[in-house]
Amino acid sequence: MLSNFLGVVFDGVAYGCLLFLISIGLSVTMGLMNFVNLAHGAFAMLGGYVCVYSMTRHGVPFLLTLPLAFIATALAGVVLERLLYRRLYASGPLDQVLFSIGLTFMAIGATTYVFGSAQQPIQLPAFLQGQVSVVGVALGVYRLLLIAVVLVIRFGLGFLFSRTRFGAQVRAAVDNRDVCAGVGVDVDRVFCLTFGLGSGLAGLGGTLGIDLLGLDPTFPLKYLVSFLLIATVGGTGTIKGPLATALLLGVFDDAGKYYVPQIGAFVIYVLALILLVVFPAGLFGRRS
Amino acid sequence: MLAKLMLTFTCVWALAACKSNKTEAAPSASASATPQVATGPVKIGVLAAFSGPFAEYGKNIENGMRSYLKLRGDRFGGRKVELILRDTTGPAPDVAKRLAQELILRDKVSFLAGFDFTPNAIAVAPLASEAKMPMIVMNAASSVVTAKSPYIARFSFTLPQVTAPLAEWAAKNGIKKAYSLVADYAPGIDAETAFKKSFSAAGGQVVDAVRVPLKNADYSPFLQRIKDSKPEAVFIFLPSGEPGIAFMKAFNERGLVKAGIKLLATGDLTDDSVLAAMGDSTLGVITTHHYSAAHDSPENKEFVKVFGEVSGAGRPNFMAAGGYDGMAGIAEVMQRLNGQVDGDKAMAIFKGMKLLSPRGPISIDADTRDIVQTVYLRRVQKVDGAPFNVESERFENVKDPGK
Repeated sequence: MLSNFLGVVFDGVAYGCLLFLISIGLSVTMGLMNFVNLAHGAFAMLGGYVCVYSMTRHGVPFLLTLPLAFIATALAGVVLERLLYRRLYASGPLDQVLFSIGLTFMAIGATTYVFGSAQQPIQLPAFLQGQVSVVGVALGVYRLLLIAVVLVIRFGLGFLFSRTRFGAQVRAAVDNRDVCAGVGVDVDRVFCLTFGLGSGLAGLGGTLGIDLLGLDPTFPLKYLVSFLLIATVGGTGTIKGPLATALLLGVFDDAGKYYVPQIGAFVIYVLALILLVVFPAGLFGRRS
Repeated sequence: MLAKLMLTFTCVWALAACKSNKTEAAPSASASATPQVATGPVKIGVLAAFSGPFAEYGKNIENGMRSYLKLRGDRFGGRKVELILRDTTGPAPDVAKRLAQELILRDKVSFLAGFDFTPNAIAVAPLASEAKMPMIVMNAASSVVTAKSPYIARFSFTLPQVTAPLAEWAAKNGIKKAYSLVADYAPGIDAETAFKKSFSAAGGQVVDAVRVPLKNADYSPFLQRIKDSKPEAVFIFLPSGEPGIAFMKAFNERGLVKAGIKLLATGDLTDDSVLAAMGDSTLGVITTHHYSAAHDSPENKEFVKVFGEVSGAGRPNFMAAGGYDGMAGIAEVMQRLNGQVDGDKAMAIFKGMKLLSPRGPISIDADTRDIVQTVYLRRVQKVDGAPFNVESERFENVKDPGK
């Protein structure tokens, strides 16, 4: 009984980590940069296809495709930021929404044209499959990997944004762009790099998500609600907000499906609703 | 601000939905069959998903239909056949209904065909009745579909039809306790009901039944629950494609096979069009269905070969077989009517029609206009290095037990 419960909590934490991974990129672009980037899923999808393509066509090992996907989507993010996104920083949210959702549809169309509409499943290497038993609780190996990656990202980003010069520049640029530029910070460059980072994280999340979420051209729209849920309930401007939200929703989702399977799938929406009513600015959100 | 934004979104979507419902007011289709001799091409309107997550459904149906035309010629009863494809984008009854109306009134088609999803077929059924237009169902598999209009003939299968033999086989082969997991929509509920009924009639017991949402990403918690309740077998129905892939991943990760739990499913899970992509995870899975690309008959060999040429690559799945046989049915009607389409006469020919299909002998029940066919028990095995559904036992002349 207890080991069942521990198993459910572990699975929930791992699922929460996955939710965090696929939405952390959005927390960076939307949460830190205040850009309503609904095309987030398109970057995640790009990362996924980079992974599938390099694995199936060029035999690159799965773990190596992770940095590859990160770099490829980060570069794509930088290019798009230079060409398109930066023109809309000063626009209202509606313009940003229309622009980024348009971009999403273009990405869906282009992906269908190039790769077809079929699912692109991947075969994980054998050492990432199956479960290991730790004091009587069966833990999925791939889920352990997800948790490890999330820990790295959590502390990496935390360090980057709160301890480094670059992080201070990002926070300053977001709070007051003009003053920040006035004191000599190259705001354009800072925003461009941050956007690249957010896109890269999206790509990484998309890659790690293939095994559980699948990958096909409609990915950006299919999981848009999940991305927005984490970013919105988590609140803007922090890393720990989205992480706490993702873990909470993950555990409740898993527990709901395990203990009350009839209504299990709706539990996280009810929880999200309650959280938004109680914390309108999000968990740990800064009221602006 | 973000919460507000999401709210605005929802409102806009809701409004758009209301609006599109309003424009779907009562159809004015009353195109009575014209008596004058028609010599132009005979048009067949094909309603299926050609974009979005279910685009493969439409592609398979279309390629199945085109395979028939390539193999048997594209003139039916002296008239050239023209397919008019319309994209329903997925399970979208309002879209299907609007497109069907356009096909009937503007494109002046003689047959409606396709229908990958039950809700779409049900939405279009009243239009078929009003226009007296034969409607050929090539996939949608809820029992109730053919009862919705006297102008519907089904060339695919029904879920109770393939589920009942599986339940009986399981009970006969020493499985006494089974757990049922189905997708929570009409065909899933059909499958669950049929499995429970046949399994308990044969002496088995369904210990618990769970319905999961159609859009479900992670099956692990459901499977963990099943594993912990230790049944001898688990019965699955999930629509083909993505859900099956996600399910098999979780099924293997949780090690249900090692725990001694047998997996029984309808053939949707091991759909030929995704089977190869699912890798070795499906080896040994037991399913019942009406069509396998590995079916051993000269008709099927011919079909598989032509399908490969038409689709560019790949093998036909059960939807492709539905498309092919639906075309065979339409061809037979057109020959017997010498190319002069009349809804009522056509339906009279469909009733009781017998065909030798790539899947084996099929017929259309004269009372229900539903398909009667052989259902096969299959195991996933490697044939020449690729996984296939290899048939072992057959259940002949199975009618839909859901009626």
